[in-house]
Amino acid sequence: MFIKQISIFLENKAGRLYDVSSALGDEKINIRALSLADTADFGILRLIVDQPEKASDVLKEHGFTVGITHVIAVEVEDKPGGFASVMKVMSEAGINVEYMYAFVEKSRDNAIVIFRVEKVEKVADALQDKGLKLLKESEVLSL
Amino acid sequence: MIWDKENESMEPEKLKKLQGERLKDLAKRAYENVPFYKKKMDELGVKPSDINSIDDIVKLPFTTKDEMRTTYPYGLLGTGLENIVEIHTSSGTTGKPVVGAYTQNDIDMWSEVMARTLAMGGATKDDTVQNAYGYGLFTGGLGVHYGARRIGANIIPISGGNTKRQLSVLKDFGSTMITCTPSYCLYLAEAAREEGVDFAKLPLKSGFFGAEPWSENMRKEIEAKLHLKAYDIYGLTEIIGPGVAAECEEQDGLHVFEDHFYPEIINPDTGEQLKDGKKGELVLTTLTREGTLVIRYRVRDITFIIPEKCKCGRTHRRMHRLLGRTDDMLIIRGVNVFPSQIEQVLFRMEGIEPHYQLVVDRSQQLDTLEIQVEMNERIFSDEIKKLEDMEKAMEGEINSELGIHTKVKLVEPKSIARSEGKAKRIIDKRNI
Repeated sequence: MFIKQISIFLENKAGRLYDVSSALGDEKINIRALSLADTADFGILRLIVDQPEKASDVLKEHGFTVGITHVIAVEVEDKPGGFASVMKVMSEAGINVEYMYAFVEKSRDNAIVIFRVEKVEKVADALQDKGLKLLKESEVLSL
Repeated sequence: MIWDKENESMEPEKLKKLQGERLKDLAKRAYENVPFYKKKMDELGVKPSDINSIDDIVKLPFTTKDEMRTTYPYGLLGTGLENIVEIHTSSGTTGKPVVGAYTQNDIDMWSEVMARTLAMGGATKDDTVQNAYGYGLFTGGLGVHYGARRIGANIIPISGGNTKRQLSVLKDFGSTMITCTPSYCLYLAEAAREEGVDFAKLPLKSGFFGAEPWSENMRKEIEAKLHLKAYDIYGLTEIIGPGVAAECEEQDGLHVFEDHFYPEIINPDTGEQLKDGKKGELVLTTLTREGTLVIRYRVRDITFIIPEKCKCGRTHRRMHRLLGRTDDMLIIRGVNVFPSQIEQVLFRMEGIEPHYQLVVDRSQQLDTLEIQVEMNERIFSDEIKKLEDMEKAMEGEINSELGIHTKVKLVEPKSIARSEGKAKRIIDKRNI
């Protein structure tokens, strides 16, 4: 139970985020969530979009280096302690998070946390066993 | 001061005759003792008996850097190993290094040419020479050392690096001469300013700077900052090390010690010998060496022979400060670097032909090399840490292969300018 995230390599240069977003916008690809990690020289833009394969193709055509990564999306209650309840499970299961980011759902009173972990399938199963709600790809894309 | 007036100011006709005799002797020794040269001479149909004057040198074959490598380690020896007393090598960053083997006579000759050099900068037995060239397999350290010993000067074999100690030795020991790379010299000047060392108050009078390209502007800067006279020195491991050529007090071109090292300038495309004054590729022949014999070595440095006689009284012809290279070799902090070496390292790590660019700059007087590597899907990871680790791994690999510190920077694909499908590999921003 994982979803597809696309990652784009960007140099720290003015205008590059615009180039990515306008390329996607022109192709009517909708960005559901994003996160940007950066160093002094470069950054990695991570996106959850409604059409990941198409987005990847479009960006490659524009000359970007694009990767597709499997991540898990966990739904948590948007209230104090909501996030902690997820992290408690992760912590007890000894799962190391490579990176994560979160956004709030528009249609429901929940937040979605995107996790990148090693052995994504195994972790997904473990989290579900502990009663966490993992979103399917179709659910995330229709948010 | 002219160290060896008899030889350094020899009448040109007499010098030519001496060179001719020495060349004839070299051709004979090479043909008889070095199978590599016998084969090459046989291929050209030239016998030692065909060499009767220095002008006959054009009949002899060239030697290339690759050939010097394929004869590693002892393939160019003109004598038995029992007569060799010392070995030096180039850094050997692309596979096999170039080997220089010296007999006792070679070491004596080297001491002489380096004594001539240091004497050009005013060295006498009263001087204290701070030798900041590296000691070891590199020829720079010991070459200067032997010359200073020959003169009877006081030599401080401090070797390269350790800037704080260099400064305290300069101050405490009262060094009157210094030898190092020109960029390190300027670095030393900066460090002195921070440490509160005032060069105007030090007894330094001159310095010999070489092993990397520099310019008249750098000379002015060095002389102003260090309060000394700055001289250019030229040499290479293939021929002997430092002491092939050096500037005299006129500071107008480098006298080639041509009673031992015969210089020619050739058209690099046709191999044709050019007249004095014409710009081309430098070719050097070791007329008197006994260990490693080198006939018509194609140095790949571009310069010309200054036809006019020098005011100093020396008759050895002068070569102009180096004007460039016939290949794409870079010199970074005194280390020779070919882009192809870096390419090989990247190829090995990436598994595909890398798109890269080398950006050379000079920061705080020291050369810096940034290697921009284009990202591709094969090496891409969406984790920052993995990409940073990759940069570090490339830097480490390049450092262990080439012995230089570089900064690897991952850049976006197609961001390196390509002209006619080929990327421009080198951007040299140094304003030397």
